[in-house]
Amino acid sequence: MKILVPIARTEDYNARIVVNKAGDDIERGGVAMVINPFDEIAVEEALRLLDGGDGEIVVCSIGGDEVATELRRALAMGAHRAIQVNTEVTLSPEVITPLLSAVCEREQPDLVLMGKQSIDGDSGQVPQRLAQRLGWPQATYAYEVKLEGSTVTIGCEADGGTETVAFDLPGVISADLRLNEPRLPKLPDIMKAKKKPYDVLSDAELGGVEEGPVKVVSLAAPPERQAGQMVADVDALIAKLRDEAKVLS
Amino acid sequence: MISFGMTEEQLEYQRMARQFIAQTVTPHATHWDETSHFPREEIRQAWENGLLNLCLPESVGGAEMPLVDTLIISEEIAYGCVGYSTSCMANELALTPLVIGADEDQKQKFLKPFVDEFKMAAFCLSEPGAGSDAASLRTTARRDGDDWVISGQKQWITNATHADFYTVFATVDREAGHRGITLFAVPRNTPGITVAPHENKMGQRCSDTAPISFDEVRVPADHCIGGPGNGWKIAMRTLDFSRPLVAMSAVGVARRALEEAVAYAKERKTFGKPIGQHQAIGFMLADMAAKTQAARLLALEAAWRTDQGLPANKEASYAKAMCADWCMEICTDAVQVFGGYGYTKEYPVEKLMRDAKLIQIYEGTSQIQRVVISRELMR
Repeated sequence: MKILVPIARTEDYNARIVVNKAGDDIERGGVAMVINPFDEIAVEEALRLLDGGDGEIVVCSIGGDEVATELRRALAMGAHRAIQVNTEVTLSPEVITPLLSAVCEREQPDLVLMGKQSIDGDSGQVPQRLAQRLGWPQATYAYEVKLEGSTVTIGCEADGGTETVAFDLPGVISADLRLNEPRLPKLPDIMKAKKKPYDVLSDAELGGVEEGPVKVVSLAAPPERQAGQMVADVDALIAKLRDEAKVLS
Repeated sequence: MISFGMTEEQLEYQRMARQFIAQTVTPHATHWDETSHFPREEIRQAWENGLLNLCLPESVGGAEMPLVDTLIISEEIAYGCVGYSTSCMANELALTPLVIGADEDQKQKFLKPFVDEFKMAAFCLSEPGAGSDAASLRTTARRDGDDWVISGQKQWITNATHADFYTVFATVDREAGHRGITLFAVPRNTPGITVAPHENKMGQRCSDTAPISFDEVRVPADHCIGGPGNGWKIAMRTLDFSRPLVAMSAVGVARRALEEAVAYAKERKTFGKPIGQHQAIGFMLADMAAKTQAARLLALEAAWRTDQGLPANKEASYAKAMCADWCMEICTDAVQVFGGYGYTKEYPVEKLMRDAKLIQIYEGTSQIQRVVISRELMR
């Protein structure tokens, strides 16, 4: 059993995000970076699926040398091997998908487990695009994954409820929040992570990629919420809804 | 060449320790303080996650972590609760003398069990009449056939009740002064050991501090570590490791006090603006921040010198004295920033102030550190 877990390096969800002066990007300086939380859940699920048994978990991240921090963190959690894919091209689903697809062709994993989306761009497209491109079955927004032989059964979050799907490997699963709570790496495992196999590939070695068709034109912070008002009684509330909010007539 | 940057590993250790403490320690610290509860289970979890006994050598399967890295972790642990970190550090303090003085057989015998399972240890040096003047200790060890027989009283022993293992300093020749002091490894279950009830302390209330009496406690010859008369040298070398470690725990407490005070100063308004924007409070916060960073650098430098094998006696005392004293000042100021609320148990800063006081006292008082420094200056 070989599981490929692609991981994105994203801003810490606790970080204070500010739009830059030019309005075309966020302020990057000093913002703490983490494994995209949904990808961290995917790493954890891969570890649980193998449960210490035979198999290999390969983590892969696209970008520059900076992604080494997150890859090593995944190795410290227990992944066996890491692949860093270098590219200068701006990352978007259109760029990431062919690169991951090429990694899958090289690695021939039985399963790709990844976060449902990365919390920076929030596109939520890569798992679906990757499955389509590989011609593999997919199960998205997983809250439960069960493996029996070469059949995997996945409980998926769906609009208004859940649905259960199953497919034979290979396939692509995207992880949702409820799937698990990722472990904290232990200190000795952090020390050992540096000795695990770590390969660096260029985008050219994976067939090359071009800039994606979507451009970020401008970014703006959401408008600040106004403070609420306390009203004395129901009559005052109705008056405000009618005269100020104009939602009653 | 001076570098203030952390390596990738050090950043990961810091991150991991911070996350572990935020989950396991910080939410419970107030309760432990109020009930004087010894958090044995949470200390076990620290062991399980590899955060305990960092000084143990690789030959017994330990992390053999450089002291600088250990300090980075200890700041995070103390940030959550310094009573908890004192209990963890007491293990390092008790095991370090064996790392320094034991031969390989003794290391395998006494240290390896700390890698294989969760155990606690206690460092037994202080006595009712020998604290700052530790060389005047009166606990004796006499030879009887192949055995050593230890008798005497030890005082202020951290982890006394919960330890499985004691490192005991006793004299084999009281006339010889510090040259008679000898180190012994003493398992807790050896007959003749009595631990008195633990002290009801002002702060660090979840740590376990108690007197121990040794009444004709008999241990085999191989429990004598480093040979008769070498205990004092081993104890002093141990303090080169432990003083920077304790100093850095003061930094953890100081950072906690600073962060609590800054958060409150942003939120609390008087005269129409947050109190932190009043210069009187803003300048207090500025001093607290600058002292915290100065303290951190002093502790790290002392640890770095020890790692490099350079003399570190003076620098360890700089760090221990200033980190402890500044920590006390910072915590007192944090209570001041909170005003009346800071004096209540509704807010965390009064605990920090009580906890901080002990750091000026244990592991060599702030005054003893100045004795060490001034002696070095007057050499």
